[in-house]
Amino acid sequence: MTGAMASQRNSLRYRSRLMQPESERSADTHPLTWRLRDDGEVVWLDEYLGKDGYQSVRRALSEGDPQAIIAAMKDANVRGRGGAGFPAGLKWSLTLQGDDMPRGYLICNADEMEPGTFKDRLLMEQQPHLLIEGMILGAYANNSRSGYIFLRGEYVESARVLNQALQEAREARWLGNDIDGSGFDFDIVVHTGAGRYICGEETALISSLEGKRANPRAKPPFPGQSGAWGKPSVVNNVETLCNVPAVILNGADWYQALSGDRTDDGGSKLYGISGPVHRPGLWELPMGTTGREIIALAGGLRGDHKLKAWLPGGASTGFLLPEHLDLPLDFDTVGKEGSRLGTGLLTVVPENQSMVALMRNLEAFFARESCGWCTPCRDGLPWTVKLLQALEHGEGEEGDIELLDKLAADCGPGLTFCAHAPGAAMPLETALKHFRHEFEQGITQSRGPAHQDPIPVGSV
Amino acid sequence: MAIIHVDGQSYEVNGAQNLLQACLSLGLDIPYFCWHPAMGSVGACRQCAVRQYKDEDDDTGMLVMSCMTPAEDQTRIDIEDDEARAFRASVVEWLMINHPHDCPVCEEGGHCHLQDMTVMTGHDRRRYRFRKRTRRNQYLGPFIAHEMNRCITCYRCVRFYNDYAGGTDLGAFGAKDNVYFGRYEDGILENEFAGNLTEVCPTGVFTDKSHSEQYTRKWDLQFAPGICHQCAVGCNISPGERYGDIRRIENRYHGEVNGYFLCDRGRFGYGYVNREDRPRLPEWRETPRSEPASLEVDTALARISDSLRHARRVIGIGSPRASLESNHQLRALVGSENFSTGIEADEQACLELMNHLQQSAGLATPTPRQIEDHDAVLVLGEDPIQSAARLGLNIRQAVLSRRVSFGEKIGVPAWNAEALKTLGQDRYHPLFIAWPAPTGLDDVAEDRLAMAPDDIARLGFAVAHCIDPAAPAVAGLDEASTKSARRIADILMAAERPLLVSGGSLCSIAILQAAGAIAQALSRRARRGGLMLIRREANSTGLSLMGGPPLDWALEELEQGRADAVVVLENDLYQRRPREQVDQALAAAEIKVVLDHQRTPTLEQASFILPAASFAEADGTLVNLEGRAQRFFQVFDPGYLRPETRLHESWRWLHALTAKLQDGVPPEITLDTVTQACAVEFPALIGITAAAPGSDYRVEGLKLAREPHRYSGRTAMRANLNVNEPRPAQDPDTAFAFSMEGYSGSERPRQQVPFAWAPGWNSPQAWNKFTDEVGGHLRGGDPGIRILHRQPVRFDYPKEIPPAASHDAESLRALILPRLFGGEETSSLAEPIRQRMTSPVVLLSPDDAEALELREGDLLRIELAGESRILPLVEQPGWPRGWAGLPAGLIPGLAQGTRLPTPGRMDETTPGGPS
Repeated sequence: MTGAMASQRNSLRYRSRLMQPESERSADTHPLTWRLRDDGEVVWLDEYLGKDGYQSVRRALSEGDPQAIIAAMKDANVRGRGGAGFPAGLKWSLTLQGDDMPRGYLICNADEMEPGTFKDRLLMEQQPHLLIEGMILGAYANNSRSGYIFLRGEYVESARVLNQALQEAREARWLGNDIDGSGFDFDIVVHTGAGRYICGEETALISSLEGKRANPRAKPPFPGQSGAWGKPSVVNNVETLCNVPAVILNGADWYQALSGDRTDDGGSKLYGISGPVHRPGLWELPMGTTGREIIALAGGLRGDHKLKAWLPGGASTGFLLPEHLDLPLDFDTVGKEGSRLGTGLLTVVPENQSMVALMRNLEAFFARESCGWCTPCRDGLPWTVKLLQALEHGEGEEGDIELLDKLAADCGPGLTFCAHAPGAAMPLETALKHFRHEFEQGITQSRGPAHQDPIPVGSV
Repeated sequence: MAIIHVDGQSYEVNGAQNLLQACLSLGLDIPYFCWHPAMGSVGACRQCAVRQYKDEDDDTGMLVMSCMTPAEDQTRIDIEDDEARAFRASVVEWLMINHPHDCPVCEEGGHCHLQDMTVMTGHDRRRYRFRKRTRRNQYLGPFIAHEMNRCITCYRCVRFYNDYAGGTDLGAFGAKDNVYFGRYEDGILENEFAGNLTEVCPTGVFTDKSHSEQYTRKWDLQFAPGICHQCAVGCNISPGERYGDIRRIENRYHGEVNGYFLCDRGRFGYGYVNREDRPRLPEWRETPRSEPASLEVDTALARISDSLRHARRVIGIGSPRASLESNHQLRALVGSENFSTGIEADEQACLELMNHLQQSAGLATPTPRQIEDHDAVLVLGEDPIQSAARLGLNIRQAVLSRRVSFGEKIGVPAWNAEALKTLGQDRYHPLFIAWPAPTGLDDVAEDRLAMAPDDIARLGFAVAHCIDPAAPAVAGLDEASTKSARRIADILMAAERPLLVSGGSLCSIAILQAAGAIAQALSRRARRGGLMLIRREANSTGLSLMGGPPLDWALEELEQGRADAVVVLENDLYQRRPREQVDQALAAAEIKVVLDHQRTPTLEQASFILPAASFAEADGTLVNLEGRAQRFFQVFDPGYLRPETRLHESWRWLHALTAKLQDGVPPEITLDTVTQACAVEFPALIGITAAAPGSDYRVEGLKLAREPHRYSGRTAMRANLNVNEPRPAQDPDTAFAFSMEGYSGSERPRQQVPFAWAPGWNSPQAWNKFTDEVGGHLRGGDPGIRILHRQPVRFDYPKEIPPAASHDAESLRALILPRLFGGEETSSLAEPIRQRMTSPVVLLSPDDAEALELREGDLLRIELAGESRILPLVEQPGWPRGWAGLPAGLIPGLAQGTRLPTPGRMDETTPGGPS
């Protein structure tokens, strides 16, 4: 790590950094981050081994019971940290295994492109071996022969660190044939993406990994039945996999207890925040920490800003209001409020921010990132962008808001091929619900007759 | 079977289908785009949404895509649910956002699935008020026009072209609302089935260029049930006519033969029907060199009959590209002892052997569709994509279908197309091809064995011997072939339904006997399997069943002066025998009567020419390569719009001539009577009368309409000739009327459908209204009847096995490679096909090239059969030594295996070389 890079990392612009000093972190309470250094340098293999590194792999392989890993993950109720919150143990238990099944793939979804999200980056850039350790456990549990880390292409530093760490692990025989003398073979390849948000969708990721268009696939069959190259495959988020070693070492009960009485979801969570706050960044906190606590840790909003709304976990989650700040941020509670926990990285919206402009920005992103497979997403989202542009420019027509309502509803779950359009619809639906007056202000014209000259408002 | 509940009604459906398919099969309308009955479901367009309820007590339910939902027992759905209808309306509205409203000038208009679906969903007001996206189009070759602005991104084109047909040069580019379907750069679409894009595309992105130049709306075309004459598969077609020209060929659905798809030769090869230079009046040449003079019909018949009456002996030369009826009538004219099939002797021997094998070798002949049910395929000495293209597409499906068995294991239904593709990856049912050059199926083949014809036969015999040791062993087989034979035999024996494909392309009795030996061996080992034998021409099978001495005999008779007159039926003899031989035979005949619809070199030698009707103006019966007799029907009456023409079916001409010769008034002849007479004459053809309903067939008391009921301009289209509108042409031969009056509906099951139309369904998707279940069989029965059946005789293992091929670069032999574009006589006269032909080359093995001191790209002069051609040399790796590969159709009359003079390189100094 050069000095220049380190200083860049410490600059204000660089938000993927942990805001808790080493003194506040311990193996008992911070399973994801306790090994991280205050200086932000990479924890390489020697240091990692010195901090109990690969002990979970050694224990699991010597016990020789892959099903026990799955059972532990189920008991611990580790829910997917990529945003959907699907129980990882359950997913693993559905992977097809057996003599007539080929050994498939353990795929790490490191295509971290959710707007406002930068947690996996920290784990990969500073502590690559924890991910590798988690992947070995995942592979052992799922009988995977090869691992892929599907990495966001712009994460150049992560790619460099991961590849070097993989080489270290190979040389130390933590990867390759006969890992740690157990007879288990597994190795990992880093695959860098070409910059499409949709590749974060697990089946689109697999399509892309195979060298095809990044179109999602119909489920069923699920990747555990027929994934990459038609073989049973497991796709887990970086943070999810990083949770596995501690679960194996310390047990499900310990993991459950990490979140105390805050929530039924166990474990800790890498929460974070971006937007006009004093100290944007990342914290490893018990699952179920509230938005108010996180904003407080970030030093509150800058200047005279007042909080108008916030996204709990990325651009594809629904807007919450200040009144929701005391809700424990777990999967089910946030879900009940018409939003989703998502990635758990908050985006705060100050009072003076136009919701119309914000939504136009978000929808332009989602429309651009549509893979183009299904109609509502491909052709519906660009229409929302054009309508929002018209409203933003004060060129809206009567009926535009109702049209946006309908477009958002038509992009709901089950109506589209994958979760991309529903992710685009959720912030739009909640923004229209909570801030309808702002959208109404953009309407200046009565409904135009059909076939009048088109109004050019740029292109998406 | 499963019971499903739709809008409160209960229905019994096929539970293996998805809900969309099941509902469409019930006749219920659900709009859809991305789904296609032959290509399964992918869930992309979201147009087929319905509300599904968990059970009887669930009154909330949720919207699901019917194409992606299994039609399981007790499924409950509402199609007419308000929210489902609203969502479907939204989907069409989105699809129409960027779609140009150019229906009035769009060639798809009137048979556009997008139009039908838009009307079905009720979308009629445009709310999108912003700028549309526009795109540039590509040049895609002579067959297909491209208009990407109309694209609704249903992905059907690439799914058909790449996934179904194995194409590689059409792709989806870009993302979001800017997905572009095209080639990576302008250029000819390479796949042999590209023409199906015009029907697979639900709107007007891919349209028929040959139609474009003479465009007519579908509702203004006149149709009849046709049979493609461009190869032996016998695909069912709907040729469409206006103003006396065929304007396009559409697929006519047949559940067992062609399904939804045609090859490009069949679709775009019709142009010869419209050629200006066709003979349209009887002609007479006073001397062989004089210009022909036109004659009136009576004069022509009188003169011809006078001439024939005075002839010592009249030879009749039939044709495998003419109907059974015409051949029969020729035979009736000249007498059975003077009738030749018009087929070259070696080819006829192969045809007869193929008939025999089909009857006795012990394996059933599958229909083309049944080919897709086989799980291991050996192609022995054929290149199906070039010689019987539609079959090649069936073979591809057989090979791909292995993925269905993977799906069964983990519960993925056969219609879940993308999931099966993922699951199957590149794991196919085994396909072995023994053929010297690359084929269009190599990409899915386990192995292609590049061999010389005799070595292919030896391999085949060795396979048979491995399967059944009682089959003769092959002496001196090399180690590699022995290994291959063992492997192929093991795989065929391990398969549940092995398929053996062979045929006459290499004109090798030995290969066919080897195929027979394998079939026999499999059947003796009690294997269910199939034997498919490829014939060359539309009626090759029929003529070989009819029988008679071959063309060589007829030429000999003429040349030796044992006959002084000849009547040639729709046959260019120069395509079959060397120029010199045909010249001599024809020169020896004093009277030469030629019936044809094209000005062939044979016709140019005629003393009398009778203008024959082509398939578009004639009725008749053909027998395809599975032994299915199929009737084709006259599309239009050429005399109605061009009263000066005198085109008639050859059988009608020949009947009139027969009557004239007997000095009688011709008794009435109709299709029914001539078909009946033919059936009675030939025991092997007794079944052909049942190939289609007779002329007295009626539906609800009505004849069947050839024209859609919206057909326009009937009173005006002849006004340039006469303001008095004549009575429409009458058709005494068939149950069809040259009119929009008559039955054209889909409610009454019927076998013979000139064009598919149903209320609200104007596109080719209307075929779904005529089938028992979508993608199944016509409710009235699939057309045609199998007449070649297995017999209780056993094919005996041949005793003679050819010796191993010897290699001799100094004495090359011609190996003629069938080719889809350019390898067939009549379609080669169609302009788009001419443009699509690749430049001919001569193939040599690299070793032979080296021995002859030739290099890739050298221009070689090939002198053969009195013809000379200058061709560039291509060194083909794996090509057998001692053989020179030449494309079919390049040197007419050249027989397989003809010895070539040592090819000489054209130097710059050589006179006659290209400058």
